[in-house]
Amino acid sequence: MDAILLQILNGLDKGSAYALIALGLTLIFGTLGVVNFAHGALFMIGAFCVVTLQRILNLSTVTLDPTKTDFLGNPLTIKTPYIVSWFGESMGASIINWSVPLALIVTLPIMLLFGFIMERGLIKHFYKRPHADQILVTFGLAIVLQEIIKAFYGANPIPTPAPEVFRGSFDFGVLIGMAENAVIYPYWRLVYFAFSALVIASVFAFLQFTTFGMVVRAGMADRETVGLLGINIDKRFTIMFGVAAAVAGLAGVMYTPINSPNYHMGMDFLVLSFVVVVVGGMGSLSGAVLSGFMLGILESFASMNEVKGFFEALYLPSIDQIIIYLVAIIILLTRPRGLMGRAGVMEE
Amino acid sequence: MISKFQNNDRLLMLLFIIAVLAGPIILAPFGAGYPDLLQRFCIFGIFAIGFNILFGLTGYLSFGHAAFLGVGSYSAVWMFKLLTMNVIPGLILAVIVSGLFALVIGFISLRRSGIYFSILTLAFAQMSFSLAYSVLTPITNGETGLQLTLQDPRVLDGVNTTGSLPSTNLFGLAMNATQKVEFLGMTLQFNAGYYFCGLVLILAFYLSMRIFRSPFGLMLRAIKTNQNRLNYTGVNTRPYTLAAFVISGMYAGVAGGLMACTDPLAGAERMQWTASGEVVLMTILGGAGTLLGPVIGAGFIKYFENIFSKINDNVLHGWFSFMPDGLEDIIVGILYYFVGKGWLLTLGLLFMMVVIFLPGGLIQGLTHIVERFQSKDKKQDASVPSDTDNAVKPAE
Repeated sequence: MDAILLQILNGLDKGSAYALIALGLTLIFGTLGVVNFAHGALFMIGAFCVVTLQRILNLSTVTLDPTKTDFLGNPLTIKTPYIVSWFGESMGASIINWSVPLALIVTLPIMLLFGFIMERGLIKHFYKRPHADQILVTFGLAIVLQEIIKAFYGANPIPTPAPEVFRGSFDFGVLIGMAENAVIYPYWRLVYFAFSALVIASVFAFLQFTTFGMVVRAGMADRETVGLLGINIDKRFTIMFGVAAAVAGLAGVMYTPINSPNYHMGMDFLVLSFVVVVVGGMGSLSGAVLSGFMLGILESFASMNEVKGFFEALYLPSIDQIIIYLVAIIILLTRPRGLMGRAGVMEE
Repeated sequence: MISKFQNNDRLLMLLFIIAVLAGPIILAPFGAGYPDLLQRFCIFGIFAIGFNILFGLTGYLSFGHAAFLGVGSYSAVWMFKLLTMNVIPGLILAVIVSGLFALVIGFISLRRSGIYFSILTLAFAQMSFSLAYSVLTPITNGETGLQLTLQDPRVLDGVNTTGSLPSTNLFGLAMNATQKVEFLGMTLQFNAGYYFCGLVLILAFYLSMRIFRSPFGLMLRAIKTNQNRLNYTGVNTRPYTLAAFVISGMYAGVAGGLMACTDPLAGAERMQWTASGEVVLMTILGGAGTLLGPVIGAGFIKYFENIFSKINDNVLHGWFSFMPDGLEDIIVGILYYFVGKGWLLTLGLLFMMVVIFLPGGLIQGLTHIVERFQSKDKKQDASVPSDTDNAVKPAE
């Protein structure tokens, strides 16, 4: 029981990331009909916003303290971040400590703007081109973004710690009346899950309960008719592209303490997120979210020792590395529309 | 001129053969005349030609072709380990195994089309990559990669007494044998491995030309143009697409096998999806759906990868030393990001440019330029059939 609970919890954080990226991909696909291979790169850019913010916050004035010496006998250099000298000791330190959540505020407008520019500058010209061309051009864009990040930040992962409050783990088992140390879970992963649930809920609420969202949903169903009604649907779709980019970016921001950002993290997630979208059903938002969590949890179950033992007993190789692809292949062949795909979307 | 080439297969074939055979001479002045790079031109040329048979003709965009390349490499190396260092059995096994592998993957993937097909092939390739890395370690040797050892049986070769690893050969002709000739102050290197790869490339090119011109090729084009109409007229398109998929998988297997022939080791990273992306880049860059395009694209990418990644800031400073100091530093500072380790950035930008402005690839660009010159010469002759017929029509 506790092992199962632990695996579910373990799957949640990865599942959250899949769900958020897949949600953005589906938003873009559902509105603009564009397959965006650069979506993983947006996730990565979000993560590197944290790194940038952290570097900015840690810009320091360097002073020499002649009274103390370091181990080489030179005068001790003291680095005082500007933030500390401006806001005082405790306030400045806590700002630096909370840089990951703070990055959310910075990243949101950056990613929205980035999304607008990308849509207006590039994607707009590809509405009428075949899907293969869309894949190829966004694939090229993903390479470019990835290489730019690599040129500026290097190829090594950059550690970005969570705020100190969330660094430990807590005993989840005790909370629901189990033995101690049965289910230990890091705080930040729980935060990540809560955050992604919040983002997903707000995207859905935005689409469901606002006039803007209603128009967008109408446009997803029939773009031409909405356009004929005198609504500038292109503008709204551009905004939705920005929202999708922002969702990916924010997912990247919050993921940094779990996995130190490196330049190829976007590509790693992208392949899996596409599989998630396809399993969920192309164009179905709830399908994307559902299959994101489902595949995340399945992945962590497949890496359980018991499951591995079971496959070994049957003389089969363990499937923890390939479970997602395996599920995708089975789903695509048995339920071509995916779990919750609508009829008529991307069917040739 | 190009239109004449394309309309005259025999001339094109002849020129292609001459170009391949004279490769070391032609490319030496460009700093590309050494065996390692020349071999890579041929190998990736074969890979791209094969990919083009699938993507260029049928429009099915596979994102997992590197899997076949990897399988080809592994099977060739196993042949070197177990049977003989002669390359022929290794290549044959590579073709057979990759063909079977393509048959299985193609049979499943081709039940869907469009983006679903791309994702299915991607999923299969990633799966093979993960398997090669983890659970199939007894066959693939995992992260280290499959290598030759002194203890390998090599049944046909007899006992190895030299104490060093044998090299791959073609009936005794070592693949790394190189004849160096001084010519006009350049060192021309005629390498056995290159000529072997070159011959396979010529063969591959000839086959692809025959496929392009055959009724089968026409059928594949019809699938690309309008698969629905074919289905409605009662044609079952599946066997045709599957055949194209298997053929292009076998091409990839040959390329992988040749990779092992020139350098007898195989690693899982050859199967990663970035490797699949590379062959897509080559084909699109050169011109999907054209005969010569993929070879040109492969050569282009491999050549510039080699040249660009060697340029460092010293070289750049050397180039721009005639400029005033401040300006020189600025220009070098900007260009620095595009060369050396930043070569992929240039490639990505170039690729985007090609997809945006020149969907037919470099071949289309060349054709446009040539046409412009021709139309200046003889404006009245407007009835010349445009050879953009051969160039890519964006895939559905």
